[in-house]
Amino acid sequence: MIVAENLEQTYLSGGRPLTVLKDINLSVEPEGFVAIVGPSGSGKTTLLGLLAGLDQPSSGRVLLDGTDLGALTEDERARLRADKVGFVFQTFQLIPTLTALENVLVPIELRPGASHDGAEQRARDLLARVGLGERTHHYPAQLSGGEQQRVALARAFANAPKVLFADEPTGNLDGATGHAVIDLLVALNEEERTTLVLVTHDQELAERARTVVRLSGGTLVP
Amino acid sequence: MKRSFVLSMARREGRSSWKRVGFYMGSVTLGVAALVAINSFRLDVTSAIHREARALLGADLRLASRRAFPDSVRAVLDSVSAAGAPVSYVTSFSSMALARRTGRTRLVEVRALSGGYPYYGTIETEPAGSWSEMSGGPRALVDRAVLVYLGIGVGDTVRLGEADFVVHGSIIRVPGETDIGASIRPRVYIPGACLEQTGLLQFGSLARYRAYLQLEGLEEAEAFVERYDELLAASEVGHETVAEREEDYASSFDAFTRFLGLIGLTALLLGALGVASAVHVFVKRKLDTVAVLRCLGATQRTVFSVYLLQAVLLALTGSAAGVLLGLGVQALLPGVLADLLPADVRPVLHPLVILVGLGVGAWVALIFGLLPLLEVRDVTPLEALRRPFDADTRKRGRARWLALAAAAATVLVLCLAQAPVPLAGLAFAGAIAVTAGLLGGVAWGLTRLVRRFFPRNAPFVVRQGIANLYRPHNQTLAVVLTVGFGVFVLGSMHIVQKNLLEQLAFDSRPDRPNLAVFDIQQDQVDGVARIIAERGHTVGELVPLVPARVAALNGRPVSELLADTAGPRPARWALRREYRNTYRDTVVSSEELLAGAWWDDAPQVEAGVARVSIEEGVATELRVGLGDRITWDVQGVRIESEIVSLRRVNWARFEPNFFVVFEPGTLDQAPQIFVTLTNVPDELERTELQRAIVEPYPNISAMDLSLLQETIDTIIGSIALAIRFMALFAIASGLIVLVGAIATSRFQRVRESVLLKTLGGRARQVRRVLTTEYLALGLLAALTGCVLAGVAGWALVRFLFEMTFRLPLLPLAGVGLLAVAATLFVGLITSRDALARPPLAVLREIAE
Repeated sequence: MIVAENLEQTYLSGGRPLTVLKDINLSVEPEGFVAIVGPSGSGKTTLLGLLAGLDQPSSGRVLLDGTDLGALTEDERARLRADKVGFVFQTFQLIPTLTALENVLVPIELRPGASHDGAEQRARDLLARVGLGERTHHYPAQLSGGEQQRVALARAFANAPKVLFADEPTGNLDGATGHAVIDLLVALNEEERTTLVLVTHDQELAERARTVVRLSGGTLVP
Repeated sequence: MKRSFVLSMARREGRSSWKRVGFYMGSVTLGVAALVAINSFRLDVTSAIHREARALLGADLRLASRRAFPDSVRAVLDSVSAAGAPVSYVTSFSSMALARRTGRTRLVEVRALSGGYPYYGTIETEPAGSWSEMSGGPRALVDRAVLVYLGIGVGDTVRLGEADFVVHGSIIRVPGETDIGASIRPRVYIPGACLEQTGLLQFGSLARYRAYLQLEGLEEAEAFVERYDELLAASEVGHETVAEREEDYASSFDAFTRFLGLIGLTALLLGALGVASAVHVFVKRKLDTVAVLRCLGATQRTVFSVYLLQAVLLALTGSAAGVLLGLGVQALLPGVLADLLPADVRPVLHPLVILVGLGVGAWVALIFGLLPLLEVRDVTPLEALRRPFDADTRKRGRARWLALAAAAATVLVLCLAQAPVPLAGLAFAGAIAVTAGLLGGVAWGLTRLVRRFFPRNAPFVVRQGIANLYRPHNQTLAVVLTVGFGVFVLGSMHIVQKNLLEQLAFDSRPDRPNLAVFDIQQDQVDGVARIIAERGHTVGELVPLVPARVAALNGRPVSELLADTAGPRPARWALRREYRNTYRDTVVSSEELLAGAWWDDAPQVEAGVARVSIEEGVATELRVGLGDRITWDVQGVRIESEIVSLRRVNWARFEPNFFVVFEPGTLDQAPQIFVTLTNVPDELERTELQRAIVEPYPNISAMDLSLLQETIDTIIGSIALAIRFMALFAIASGLIVLVGAIATSRFQRVRESVLLKTLGGRARQVRRVLTTEYLALGLLAALTGCVLAGVAGWALVRFLFEMTFRLPLLPLAGVGLLAVAATLFVGLITSRDALARPPLAVLREIAE
């Protein structure tokens, strides 16, 4: 599903080049569950960004579902994301001016060529699935951290994506809530048969993955 | 781009953007309101003038002369009236009116009328209809204000010269004349037949002779003028048709209202700043949302459209509100400017003005809002994961430059369109650009300076406050620009007004004259001097006035000069004028010798030629200089003179000033009248003295200079009122923008204050930090604005009004201090949240 070949990422910081990733080669099979772990500053989030096509590598390439991301224009990548990719962020990243229901509707409405019949119903179903069926009209500010992340989950699965990327999904949640969210994530993942790539420094969460990729100082640890 | 998504997203987002940006649209609303109001008003006035054009003149054709109409002209007019076209004659001149009952006197303009004037429009009187009863004997119609001043009413007797008149009614309104004009020249109408009885038109009196004709409309009037053009020109009789009078009024009003419109434009431009600032803040808060949307698959265009749509809707709404407000103000303006209007102005809707106002307002709001909005396009989806290392490395598209250019072009076009003349528009736009640039430069300079010379030894609160000036996302530029601009506009207006008032101000020190007595005949001089002295006052210098006309320049007769159309020629008015020359042996305080020398040091001339000193302005108009010869016609006697010096005269001083001064001994024998000035401190005594002089010598007039001062103050006051009214819009707009500029980083302000409190800072310390920062900002902005205002004020006074400039330091400082206070006030008010509420509550709120 995802193939990374000789990825390297260098940024200019304060005028000087900073190499964040080097010699990254990995592949993720369909319906896989990969956890990327490593200490703070090892480049995990950068790698995630590259795999998801949010960023372009200084050298090397990424293939997502057979498509070379580097060969696409920014608009084409956006369309690809709308079609095949879901995201869960550490800071939830819900749109504060939209209700829970409206937040979940966004990816559905953005999907190229999709009709909107049944869109609202699907969104309601998803929210019910994550246990927030009664809170559809609430704004993120009215929801707790755990509840917000659950809405984010519903949003991530809204378009039945092929791949789900998650950046420290339990990073801002306490132990119990985090567990609950992870259980939900894994369950949904199996139901929808998506490929899951997640970045975390939570050991316990990493152990639930089928494959673990370790990063240290920008390179893979074998 | 998904249209339905954009629409529904814009609607949802719009819920919050309304609240945040909507308020700042208010400044655009005010700007649009000002422009719609003043431009609609201009059209209202123009149509009123057009509608009442004939009434403004009162006839189809008016002939005017400074001398009685010669027989040749009289003959033409007689034939015209014999042919059935009515002709009226009005002779006007200044004189003293003496109220019999109360003994008070006042200088008035007497208008002796024969004939059925006005042929169009009516003269409003109290009681109504008294105008038509004028010819029934020695009756007078007197200006209402004069009656009040003299303390008399209808039925009382008023003496003009040697004749008594019964006040038959008071004049409320004469079409075509403004209330302001009436206060400068209060009117008294008497029948033409009674003029001779007054005995007032004596040697040296200045009178204006007018004839009013009722013809069959404009065409006939123009035909008349064309037919008799040569005769009229030779007799020095001027003419004016209805069309010319209309054009005259319309163009001066046009200029004035356009100028007012420029002030309204300032309000709009400040509004543009406000919008840019508000949208800038708005965008900063939306960057996360934008990044997430991009992650979720929205294209750059889709996301930008969401916000662009909101911007367009807000711009249109703000503009529409402005139009409505403007229409309301338009209805108020005739009341505010009543004193300056010559006709009845009726407000009507002008669709074009409304459309233009709507369009311009929306465009300005949009283009200035676009500048910060474009940042949305540069957001990458990666930013949902993390902020870029350097926020400024985000690629800036070409669109930014295009938008900036469009914004600058918009400002220029608006200035040009609104200004009375294109040059003024360019100057205005230039002034804005320079001011904005300088203010920006100062803001930048300050932050550099402060960073370099940081006051390390100052207390913590001061250091923190000053450090805030150059922190990332600081508001220094926005506040300095807004406050500086406001101070600049207000300050320069204030300076100009103060200068005008000061120049025209009456010097009321005890040794300065406050009463002028003039038209004193030669055989009355001793009598007048005795009266003044008997009452215990100092008789000022008796200044002689010798009426004379130019007969020839350097040997060439005036008629030849006037007929010479080839090449540059002396000005008509200067050649045909009746001069009032004087002779004296000293240079007076209101004069300055520019070239040549005074009598003792000047070269001698041959016998029979008088040496003269001439004022620089009229010398330029006559195209003469040192050594040139002017031949004068003094009551039929030719006197040859040679120019030996040039003077600059300060005309604004209330003293007899002369174009031409003869050396003593040359004009002493010429027929002359006299003027004298004296100082009478007590107002009542001033009135009494005037009566004491006018009773035995009814032809003599006296002018109370303090009364004149009042009149001038009133005139300037009326004009200033109009200007201030428009400026209100600019100030209100500026305040909104200031609030916006400061609220821009309220976010950071609050977070930081809360952090300080969490770290143990007390509310008072936090307040002091804020105070230091706002004080520094306000002071800097105000100082820059004051300096710029001083420069602009100097330029306006020197070049537009051609007066000498004095800097009113204290009032200017007052404006500056007010600005600082406003900045401080607004700043502390918007931050009181952070100071009052418990830290946790605030932190939680920010965490969204």
